[in-house]
Amino acid sequence: MEAIGKLPDGNFEPEKQALVITPVNRLTLKQRAAAYKNRPFSFFLLGLVTLAAAATILVFLLLIGYIFAKGVPNIKPELFAWEYSTENVSMLPSIINTFLMTFATLMLAVPIGVFSAVYLVEYAKRGSRLVSAVRITTETLAGIPSIVYGLFGYLMFASALKWGYTFIGGVLTLTIMVLPTMMRTTEEALKAVPDSFREGSFGLGAGKLRTVFSIVLPSAVPGIFSGVVLSTGRIVGETAALIFTAGTKAAVPKDIFSSTRTLAVHMYSLLSEGLYINQAYATAVVILVMVIAINAVSSYLAGMIVKKH
Amino acid sequence: MKFVFIAAACVSVFSTVLICFFIFVNGLPAIGEIGIFKFLLGTHWRPSNGVYGIFPMIVGSVYVTAGAVIVGVPAGVLCAVFMARFCPKRLYSLMKPAIGLLAGIPSIVYGFFGLVVIVPVVQEIFGTNGKGILTASLLLGIMILPTIISVSEDAIRSVPESYYEGALSLGDTHEQAVFRAVVPAAKSGILAGIILGVGRAIGETMAVIIVAGNQAVIPESILSGVRTMTSNIVMEMGYASGLHRQALIATGVVLFVFILFINLSFSAIKKER
Repeated sequence: MEAIGKLPDGNFEPEKQALVITPVNRLTLKQRAAAYKNRPFSFFLLGLVTLAAAATILVFLLLIGYIFAKGVPNIKPELFAWEYSTENVSMLPSIINTFLMTFATLMLAVPIGVFSAVYLVEYAKRGSRLVSAVRITTETLAGIPSIVYGLFGYLMFASALKWGYTFIGGVLTLTIMVLPTMMRTTEEALKAVPDSFREGSFGLGAGKLRTVFSIVLPSAVPGIFSGVVLSTGRIVGETAALIFTAGTKAAVPKDIFSSTRTLAVHMYSLLSEGLYINQAYATAVVILVMVIAINAVSSYLAGMIVKKH
Repeated sequence: MKFVFIAAACVSVFSTVLICFFIFVNGLPAIGEIGIFKFLLGTHWRPSNGVYGIFPMIVGSVYVTAGAVIVGVPAGVLCAVFMARFCPKRLYSLMKPAIGLLAGIPSIVYGFFGLVVIVPVVQEIFGTNGKGILTASLLLGIMILPTIISVSEDAIRSVPESYYEGALSLGDTHEQAVFRAVVPAAKSGILAGIILGVGRAIGETMAVIIVAGNQAVIPESILSGVRTMTSNIVMEMGYASGLHRQALIATGVVLFVFILFINLSFSAIKKER
């Protein structure tokens, strides 16, 4: 082993004058290889985990790479025409619908989710019956697959209320679907607000409600936003819950009782018609770009939350 | 204002009750009419002749879910071990967002990927039409990877460092310490991740419908096409009426019961921790 803290050889260069420190406890590659020689099983395990990670990365690169490589050349201006027709197969109405539907769903789900989290964290007494009922039902809702939501939305909004396939039916179904996500993230965010904030606020003479709205909720905003972003991701990617609630009509809705399709449903329609494989590639690229953007925002927010605490 | 908060909290309770009510009230009469054994164990699904047996679909769901577990669990758990204990920091900062992105990709995009990449490969190798249990299992295995990886990684990371250090000081190599001391201690968390993955696989619809072939018969080999309970609903709900429609909703009831059972075992394991 070389001396620790040796000065660099060669000509004197002031900027290179820093000490070169060789950590004594770090094994070189050669030493490691020698150690594995006597422990073939350990080497096998190392190979196994590396292989699994490599496979995961490979699948990821293949998925993203393949869809982008095939899809980007297929993105053509006529795919973004204002009106959908069977000739241009425009996805623009579906993109607009995706935004409308996301917005409308969040308008409902965010207040309900935030308020119920406020109840659970700030108001509820420990062990109250309502709290355990809320917990059990949110857990159940979180596990229900989207097709069951779709079936429910169809039975309730399209059938029982006789609305048929409507924008609002889709929105209400999605609201219930993202509610557990909204509630859980807000609850975590509210729990992370230190009790001293609340005590300080009470100490200054603020009431409970004022403490909640001007002290607790503002400090929980990044956490609430990350719930919003997660919900957005789920809404954008949803298909099965929307086919039988909002339907598949490729037009911007005239009112909340007309049928619409989001981009993911648009893609399903393209695939089930089987004629538009190139357009499906292009649609997949647009969906992926949306998802990547959503994920970027979400990890930015997560970083902000970590920095704060 | 407190009552507004309480009312908001009641929305989730109310929604759950509503969902159960609508699914069960619309589905159970059909099971009664067809006969529970004929419905659950009948091997023929011929709506045009009034024969409604969903056994092929139950078998289909179980097969593709089992296939997804065989594909996804070993890869997912080992990848989680890699990320928690072997991964260089710089690689980790790339892998973590990649896993997050895999989790966020919509199932319809996965289905499309299966159709244009996995189906042709299976076609090429086995000379079938490429759609079937094997293809669906591979695709679902990929889809449940991010769930299993992130839950298992958290579980492995929450094992106290002293377990690892203790094993090292007794002469274990890094790998032995990880696999004999750390991973066993994280076992219940990993199991929870696997159950979540199973829930996702059995409830998956859009990806499966694209690559599974959708024949409503009991499959003969892993290359034969299958129809799952979820795809049965999506494929026929659009035009079904009368008893046919009710039978589809009853398929939803059976799926719902499966999911409730999976959820229950998930919360039981979570409580145990």
